[in-house]
Amino acid sequence: MLGNRPQEKEPEGESRMKYDILLCGVGGQGVLSIAAVIAQAAVMEGLQVKQSEVHGMAQRGGAVQAHLRISSTSIHSDLIPKGSASLLLSMEPLESLRYLPYLSNDGVLLSAREPVVNIPNYPDIDSVLTVIQRYPRHLIIPALEIARKIGSPRSSNMVLVGAASKFLPLSPETLKKVIEGLFHQKGDGVVQSNLSAFEAGRRES
Amino acid sequence: METMALLGDEAAALGAVHGGVSVAYGYPGTPSTEIIEYIQRFHPQRPLAVWCTNEKTAYEEALGASYVGRRALVTMKHVGLNVAADPFINSALLNIRGGLVVVVADDPGMHSSQNEQDSRFYADFAKILCLEPSNQQEAYDMTREAFDLSERFQIPVMVRITTRLAHSRSGVNPSPPRHENPLLSQVDPSGWALLPAFARKQYAQLLSKQKDLLTFTEQSPYNQLSFLGKGDPSSIPFGVITAGIGKNYYLENLDSLGKELPHLHIGAYPLPVEKIRKLAASVTRILVIEEGMPFIETCLRGVLPLPHGIQISGKLDQTLPLAGELEPDLVRKALGLQSREGVPLSSSFPLPPRPPQLCQGCPHGDTYASIKNILKELPEAVITSDIGCYALGAVPPLAIPETIVCMGASVSMAVGAAEAGKKHTVAVIGDSTFLHSGITPLIDAVARNVPITVVILDNGTVAMTGGQETILPTGNLPALVQGLGVDPAHVITIEAHRRHEKENIEILKREIQYPGVSVVIAVRECLETARKKKSQKERVE
Repeated sequence: MLGNRPQEKEPEGESRMKYDILLCGVGGQGVLSIAAVIAQAAVMEGLQVKQSEVHGMAQRGGAVQAHLRISSTSIHSDLIPKGSASLLLSMEPLESLRYLPYLSNDGVLLSAREPVVNIPNYPDIDSVLTVIQRYPRHLIIPALEIARKIGSPRSSNMVLVGAASKFLPLSPETLKKVIEGLFHQKGDGVVQSNLSAFEAGRRES
Repeated sequence: METMALLGDEAAALGAVHGGVSVAYGYPGTPSTEIIEYIQRFHPQRPLAVWCTNEKTAYEEALGASYVGRRALVTMKHVGLNVAADPFINSALLNIRGGLVVVVADDPGMHSSQNEQDSRFYADFAKILCLEPSNQQEAYDMTREAFDLSERFQIPVMVRITTRLAHSRSGVNPSPPRHENPLLSQVDPSGWALLPAFARKQYAQLLSKQKDLLTFTEQSPYNQLSFLGKGDPSSIPFGVITAGIGKNYYLENLDSLGKELPHLHIGAYPLPVEKIRKLAASVTRILVIEEGMPFIETCLRGVLPLPHGIQISGKLDQTLPLAGELEPDLVRKALGLQSREGVPLSSSFPLPPRPPQLCQGCPHGDTYASIKNILKELPEAVITSDIGCYALGAVPPLAIPETIVCMGASVSMAVGAAEAGKKHTVAVIGDSTFLHSGITPLIDAVARNVPITVVILDNGTVAMTGGQETILPTGNLPALVQGLGVDPAHVITIEAHRRHEKENIEILKREIQYPGVSVVIAVRECLETARKKKSQKERVE
């Protein structure tokens, strides 16, 4: 078996696509659903995927993160190395700051604007948003507000998927197909509101 | 067969299903829970996949199935193996018949655990085979193959995974399923009764199997030696031994490293001695990258100076941290590469932690509020607690449980504190944890009429691990507790809701002051479980 690791050979140069996404938020916000939609879309487009999630205790209202790695070739680590994420996608502004060290210098920081204040020492929200705005490639989306406007406050995570779709190496059609599949069981109404949330987020981006 | 995107846990589950397993037993515990759940959800007919009272009963039930010839899977988290340690260690001496595979999920970094013990030490202790997958595909392949190996060597086989693999999803290519073993009509009991005279013989047999196990791991492709240097060892910076997902972090950094180093990956234990020696002969330093405790590194170092002055680096010399889980960046540093940092956050900006907490309106929170009220009058009271969501009450603003040690210890520690002289001792324990390990110490309390109050928080579910059903339905607890001999006048059921706070405080205060064994069962359904049930119902409609 000496030296026999052909599956780990990387193709030369530019043919290799790699896109790391660090997703975060607060337990119960639907971070894992965002990860599931993007990961499934990547699989449908024939890409390699690794998606590391947090289960168990941390999910109880605590800080939640998911590492999602997409590549045209094999992916080794389940965790994203620091400084290598192309996208930091956060459902909560303060949480986005926690994972900045993972974001590459030309990566995109995309966060929902609405805070989840379930800790006594939550900093002033304007100061949190100011820190995000200091970063050149940032985008703050009023995800909850948009979701409420289209009458579906629970779809704010799909608003963020829509906003992120402008940056993802995936076609919006594939993403929409996955959203349809994901909510299919819950009926047409739920599918439509999630698709509207996706479109509204995409327009905002 | 089609490629499937599976969690490491799910891949292990599917490997067992396709490996012809007939029964799967377990007790929920992060990060192992999704193994049994996957079988229940996607293979509801066969094999049988069920939750058990605790890891010990799960392991023994699996043993029973193996005895009559069927293949059996048993799953648990690392600390669960402590509970199952008795049958686990003894089962290594048996003539295992139907393949018996124990998948143990370790939790380095303690994402959801009380310690970070490494199950490879247990496999070594029991002198059995241990396979350690590095990715989801291997989790499938190894679990599947573990059944064959268990039958071939007639020993239980451990598959050890860790949190990051257990809870990371990636592509798995399954192979066609194997049939289940037939049930033996005639069972040969030889090698299954560990009376001392027989056990000595069985132990000698286990010892004599060791060379066969070693031959297997020496030849196994799971232990892969690559890129051995041919030149002078001093011209090579160092060699690398990886194990489990440590390999992924090494390979992740290979691009930056710019060249392959002599590398031995270990995926099957006992340690492949010859392969390690071969690697050592080609280098002057070995870096060990393993997830968990420094098992391999400790074996390599021994006590006496190493021959040829070879240097071993890893967790013991702090090249990698001794505690916590591995990360690609930690391995990067250990490889001597420049660290990479992304976008810096101004150090002056306050980044308060956001720890997990009880859900808003959680029944446990309401019971704790009542207890907190009583503590104002009884500040000397000792409050022991246990493993579950309610452990979150140990931090402010509630800060009520004083002790959280292991499953069931709330009740036993309350007994000890009371017998040592404390007047008001209260054990706070969840329904599932009580059934798991709280009953036996309550028998101690009844036998000696120890003045303790056990508060059973009965939310009808194993909440922390995602809402599995408690093994006995809500409503059975009063009869069970009375059956143990607790005076029925001191077995009280209350509704854990703030609207009953006044009367609940009165009842709790009275029972805590009662100088005998009392049990207060605080009942209300877990909010998460109720929400899930509702959304399932909506889906059906």
